[in-house]
Amino acid sequence: MYCSSWQFWSSLHKGSSGRCPWLLFPFFTLWLFAPPPSQLSRCDWLCVMTRSDRVVNCSCDWLKSLDLSRVTAFSPAEDRFNMAASLRCFLRTGKNAVSALQRREFHRSLPAAVQVTVRDALNQAMDEELERDERVFLLGEEVAQYDGAYKVSRGLWKKYGDKRIIDTPITEMGFTGIAVGAAMAGLRPICEFMTFNFSMQAIDQVINSAAKTYYMSAGLQSVPIVFRGPNGASAGVAAQHSQCFAAWYGHCPGLKVVSPWNAEDAKGLLKSAIRDDNPVVFLENELMYGVPFEMSEESQSKDFTIPIGKAKVERQGTHVTMVTHSRYVSHCLDAAAVLAKEGIECEVINLRTIRPLDVDCIETSVMKTNHLVTVEGGWPQFGVGAEICARVMEGPAFNYLDAPATRVTGVDIPMPYAKILEDNSLPQIKDIIFSVKKTLNV
Amino acid sequence: MQNMLTIISNALCRITGRNVGAQTVSEGSRVVVSRSFADFTPQATFDIKKCDVHRLEEGPPVKATLTRDQGLQYYRIMQTVRRMELKADQLYKQKIIRGFCHLYDGQEACAAGIEAAINPSDHLITAYRAHGYTYTRGVAIKEILAELTGRKGGVAKGKGGSMHMYAPHFYGGNGIVGAQVPLGAGIALACQYQGNNQVCVTLYGDGAANQGQLFEAFNMAALWKLPCIFICENNKYGMGTSVERASASTDYYKRGDFIPGLRVDGMDVLCVREATQFAADHCRSGKGPIVMELQTYRYHGHSMSDPGVSYRTREEIQEVRSKSDPISLLKDRMLSNNMAAVEEFKEIDIAIRKEVEEAAQYATSDPEPPLEELCNHIFKNDPPLEVRGTHPWATLKSVS
Repeated sequence: MYCSSWQFWSSLHKGSSGRCPWLLFPFFTLWLFAPPPSQLSRCDWLCVMTRSDRVVNCSCDWLKSLDLSRVTAFSPAEDRFNMAASLRCFLRTGKNAVSALQRREFHRSLPAAVQVTVRDALNQAMDEELERDERVFLLGEEVAQYDGAYKVSRGLWKKYGDKRIIDTPITEMGFTGIAVGAAMAGLRPICEFMTFNFSMQAIDQVINSAAKTYYMSAGLQSVPIVFRGPNGASAGVAAQHSQCFAAWYGHCPGLKVVSPWNAEDAKGLLKSAIRDDNPVVFLENELMYGVPFEMSEESQSKDFTIPIGKAKVERQGTHVTMVTHSRYVSHCLDAAAVLAKEGIECEVINLRTIRPLDVDCIETSVMKTNHLVTVEGGWPQFGVGAEICARVMEGPAFNYLDAPATRVTGVDIPMPYAKILEDNSLPQIKDIIFSVKKTLNV
Repeated sequence: MQNMLTIISNALCRITGRNVGAQTVSEGSRVVVSRSFADFTPQATFDIKKCDVHRLEEGPPVKATLTRDQGLQYYRIMQTVRRMELKADQLYKQKIIRGFCHLYDGQEACAAGIEAAINPSDHLITAYRAHGYTYTRGVAIKEILAELTGRKGGVAKGKGGSMHMYAPHFYGGNGIVGAQVPLGAGIALACQYQGNNQVCVTLYGDGAANQGQLFEAFNMAALWKLPCIFICENNKYGMGTSVERASASTDYYKRGDFIPGLRVDGMDVLCVREATQFAADHCRSGKGPIVMELQTYRYHGHSMSDPGVSYRTREEIQEVRSKSDPISLLKDRMLSNNMAAVEEFKEIDIAIRKEVEEAAQYATSDPEPPLEELCNHIFKNDPPLEVRGTHPWATLKSVS
C-alpha cells in the first residue's frame, strides 16, 4: 500500500497542474494510512469510486455523459490510475466549490452563468436555508464530521456545528422518527437517508407519522420535514442498494415527492422543499452528483426556488412527447439528439415532481405531438410511467393519441451485479430510440 | 349557556388548579355541603410505596404531600376519565362508535399523576390508549366523544377517530405500536434545540417495550442527553399476551440499560406524581433521559373487540378493582384523613356524570362532517388542489 500511495501521489502531482497544492496535503496523509481498497468501508468505496467523479472533465458536452454507464475492470494498475483520476476530479469539484463560495462571499454583483455540479447545488441550497432559518437542521448518517457519505453536506458541519448538523447512529427507524417528532414540535429537519433503500426500514415513520398526520389531525398538527438522499440505481451496487422509490412514495397522499435532474433543479427544488410546510421526499441520484451543469445568474440567488408540482419542457419538439425524471432526462436528451438527425423532433419533459404530477404539462404536450413515451429507471409494474399513461387515458389528451403510449422502464428484476447484466437492466439510449420509433411506427 | 359556562370554568379551574366542586352547586340537586371548610384537614402527608431504582443513587421521596384542593382535583380528573371511558364503552356497544376503541379505565392514576407533575408547556405523546391523556392535556370531553362518534365537532373534525386526537403540546394518539417513542425523543430534541427547559413525556406499553425502534430512540436520547421521560405503562398484558409470555425481561424500568430507571406503583396517583416530578427534574437538570415503569392495570380488554377474559380471570380483574382501584385509593385516603366529606365526592360524581352525559348527547346529535371536507387538510399552506375521486369524473377539491 505504501508503494502504491507514492505512485498515486506522483501521478496526482503530475495531474494537478500545480494549482492549490495545499489542498493535496490532507489527502496525501489520508492515503498514506488508508486501508487497501478491499477493506474500504461501504462509504469510502462509494465516495471515491463513483463513476460520476471519475468521468468529469468539467464540460457540458452531453454525449460524454454516456461514460457514466461504464465500469472499469478491477485490476490494480488500472485501479490506481482510476483512483488518481477520480481523486483529481474530486479535488477539482472541491476547488470549484471553494471558489464558488469565495465568489459568493466577496463579490456583491452576481456572476454570470457558472458550471456547478449537482452535489454543489444541493450543498448551496442547504447552506442557504440553514442560514436563512434557525429552525432548519440536518441529520443523518455521516452528514457532519464525514462531510456526507457522498459529500453533499461538505463544509456544513464546520460552518454550523453540532447543534445543526447531527451525525446519527445507523438506526434509520429511530432517527427518522426523531426527525419527524422534531418537525412536529416546531423545527424544520432535513433527514438524510444514505440511500433511499435504507428508508424502507423507516418507511412507517415517513408514511404513518409524517405523511398522514396533517390529515388525521384535521390541520392541527403539521410536519414540515424533508427526507432526502440518493434514489435508484447506482453502479455496481447490486440488488439491495439499487431500488427506485419514486412509485412507492408517489403512491401516498400527504407526501410531496420531488425528483430533480440538473443542478438548477436540485438547488431550486431543495430550497422549495425545505421552505414547504409539508413532508417532502426528495429523490436525488448518486450518479448525477458529480455532473456539472450551467447555472444561470438567476439561479445563483439566495432566494431562487422552483415551485414543487411543475414540470419543465427541456426540449421543444413536435413528433413525440418523452416524459421522464431524474437521470433519464439526460438519456432522453441524448436520444433526442440522435433522433433529430433522422428528422424526428422529440419534446422532452422533465417531470421535476412526481407527486403532485404536472398532468397539464403532459397533456398539453401530448395534444401537440400525439405520441407519448415515458422513461424511468424504476420497475414497470405500478410505476411512474404506468400512472402517467393512466392519467393521459383519463383526460382530454387521450383523443389526441395516434398510438398507444409506451413505457420505457427498468427491467422487472432485482438489480444484478455483473456489468453486462446491470447495463441491460436499465433503459439505455438505444432502448429509448427504439421505443420512440416503434411508437411513431417508423 | 349555563352548561357551557360550567364547562369553561371547569376547564379554567383545571388549568389553574383551583378547586371547582365546592363553589358550584348544580341547580338540580338540593345537596348542600353541611360542613364548612374549616372542618377539613387542608393538607396531609402520605407514605407512598418506595420505587425500585436502576442506575440511580436514590429514587423519588417516599412521602407525598396532598392538599385538599389537589386531592379533589385529582379525584375529579380521574373520575371524569373513568366516566368518559365507560360512556364510550356504552356508545360502542350501541354501535355509535365504530372501529377501534381502546379504553383507559383502571389506569387513570397514570394520566392524572403525570399531568400533576408537568407543566402545560411540557410535551406529551402516547400510543392508542389515549383518551385519558387527551383529556388531561386540555381537550373537552364532548370533543373527545364527538371524535369517537365521528362528528364534525370532534377534536380532529371526525377525521382522526379514537387513536388520532391532538392538542397543543399533545401529539396524539398514535396507531402504530412503538412509533411514538422515536417521535417523543424527537420532540425532546426540539426542546433541547430551542433551549426552552421543557421536557417530553413519551408513553408506551408493555407490548411496545420490545420494539426495536424504542432501543434506537433510547440510544440517541442517552447519547445526546435529550430531556425525554420514557414511561412504560405496564398493564400486564400486551393485547392478549401476558408480559411473561412476551418479554424475556419484565423489568421494563431496566430495559433502558444505560438509562436510569424507576419502577412506580401506577395505581397510586401520588406515587405517579412524585416519580414524574423526580423524572422531570432529572431531565431538566441536563442529565439526559430517564425510564419509568408504571405498574398499572386495565379493566377492559385490549379494545372493545376484546372481552378481556380469555387470557385473564374475572377474579383477577375483580381483585384489582377491589384492592387497588386508583379512584377508591385516593378517596379512601382523603376520607380517612378527614380531607373531604362523602357527600362532596357524591356531588362531584353527580356533576361529572351529568357533564359526561351532556357530552355524549352532543356527540350523538352533532352532524357528521360534510362531504366537502373529505379532501381537505392534505397539505398545509398550499393553494387549493384537485384530488382524484373514486372515478375519473369525480374531481374533488382540497384546501389546506
